[in-house]
Amino acid sequence: MDLSLSIGSLTLPNPLIAASGCFGYGVEYADVVDLSTLGGVAVKGLFLSEREGHAPPRIVETPSGMLNAIGLQGIGVHRFIRERLPELRERRAIVIVNICGTTLDEYVEVARILSDAEGVHALELNISCPNIKEGGITFGCSLPGTHAVVSAVRKVTALPVIPKLTPNVTDVASFAKASEDAGADAVSLVNTFLAMAIDVHTRRPRLTNIVGGLSGPAIRPIAVRMVYECRRVVKIPIVGMGGIATADDVLEFMIAGANAVQVGTMNFVDPFIWDKLLSGVREYMTRHGIARLQDIVGTVDTRAREQAWISS
Amino acid sequence: MPVDVDAAVIENRRLSADYNVLSLAAPEIAARAQPGQFVMVKTSGGNDPLLRRPFSIFEILRDGGAPIGVSIFNKRVGVGTTLLSRVEAGAHLATLGPLGRPFEPVDPPAEGWMVAGGVGLAPFVTLAEALAARGTRATLFYGARRAEELYCVDLFEALGVRVVLATEDGSLGVRGRITVPLEAALGDRPLGNPVKLYVCGPTPMMRACAQLAAAHGRACDVSLEQVMGCGLGGCYSCVVPARGAAGGAPHHTRTCIDGPIFDAQRIVWEAVSGHG
Repeated sequence: MDLSLSIGSLTLPNPLIAASGCFGYGVEYADVVDLSTLGGVAVKGLFLSEREGHAPPRIVETPSGMLNAIGLQGIGVHRFIRERLPELRERRAIVIVNICGTTLDEYVEVARILSDAEGVHALELNISCPNIKEGGITFGCSLPGTHAVVSAVRKVTALPVIPKLTPNVTDVASFAKASEDAGADAVSLVNTFLAMAIDVHTRRPRLTNIVGGLSGPAIRPIAVRMVYECRRVVKIPIVGMGGIATADDVLEFMIAGANAVQVGTMNFVDPFIWDKLLSGVREYMTRHGIARLQDIVGTVDTRAREQAWISS
Repeated sequence: MPVDVDAAVIENRRLSADYNVLSLAAPEIAARAQPGQFVMVKTSGGNDPLLRRPFSIFEILRDGGAPIGVSIFNKRVGVGTTLLSRVEAGAHLATLGPLGRPFEPVDPPAEGWMVAGGVGLAPFVTLAEALAARGTRATLFYGARRAEELYCVDLFEALGVRVVLATEDGSLGVRGRITVPLEAALGDRPLGNPVKLYVCGPTPMMRACAQLAAAHGRACDVSLEQVMGCGLGGCYSCVVPARGAAGGAPHHTRTCIDGPIFDAQRIVWEAVSGHG
């Protein structure tokens, strides 16, 4: 049974990746998960320097989901390399570093520094965080901006480059295409949906940052649709995410067009989710006689559905 | 190392309309738990509410000495705690733990003074047991709005803990906030007699206790509760502004893995959000 896949020069043993922002720096989970069994660990977004993030409250629950506005609190790329990467290396994790910048130069500098560090396997470009004012999403919401940041990072690294796309645009697929044209090895999608929750008694927003990003099962069908749209316009691998909670959800994203998936919010609910997802995927492969999991990618049969509708 | 247990509810003891003690069969958690640690409990089987809720381990339940489970001291506040107030024996709740940095109980001749406000009683039964095991003299200062909201005092008396009560309406014990008898006791105690304060309650109360402890030159640990996403350090939701153990500038610090127990002097109290 082959669950592996490739992103550029990198081979992942299986398609289950811990989503950035939902798994700390990976080491926090080393007691509950054997990190080497994951398809990859996408660590918390890193800027060049440390950031304090927003004042709490930083999360609020909503139906089948949650809003967050953490504000990319982080230890910066240098402390990450010194203080976290050695343990990730020791635990044989496939490390995907999510990188951030307020300027194009900062993305390039962070990418350059990480490319020289031992134990970093890929770079995910965070051009989609809805919770910071400067940089980031301003690249992710503009096609020339996306193209510029992906090409600039592409030029300074041999590591696989994976821009993480925002769903807060009219047509995500055009951003996937811009990324592919700029030399991305894959795209990951979706980041969170910009959202808001208000306490009606105080009439105050529930988050200090006023708005935040919606994640969890509430967004899954929208994310699946966006992966499907991107699959139709790009050839590079897609890493799909958005509320994945079960093995069926993993398979749904893959059939829609994802080569790999990330799990975020549901890891908070169940940190032991990984084995359950993996065994569920294996059972599915056995039941359907699938030897190579990548064979199901993008196999959604829309034609059959259209015919059924016409004949009814 | 925490474990996730599909814990059967042994008993739901309703103390009042708003408070209940929920006993959960979780021997693996009970065997590992240290005083002041917490568990993350899934309050529903489905997606609403989605996230687990953090609860201090209230009691370590034993059967003939063997740990069989833990209880939680629940106050009905929101959707999740309302579900936990209604749950019946036999139901199952996913319970992850034990989590967090525990209390450090002092040894004699030092005394341990526990200061609880309302639902802040939750982490102190386990601490009282640990203090009793060391032969450390212990006092519980416990305050609430009125007499009917003071619960489970017998658990502490059974452990030989001296109990000082305060109610805001004066219906039991000292009239006023718990800081009134605490301040008096701190003033009466000669400096040569060491004492450590352990505090849990509403943020303004913990801030006031931290100030009293500092003014009287006493060590003081607090048990903090913030809105928590995961309990394992993954989400960075539950941060408080805290200086490092060695001092320095304050940083947003995770209460789940760097706490919930903090030296009160590390906390930048004027910047802490939390329940009034």
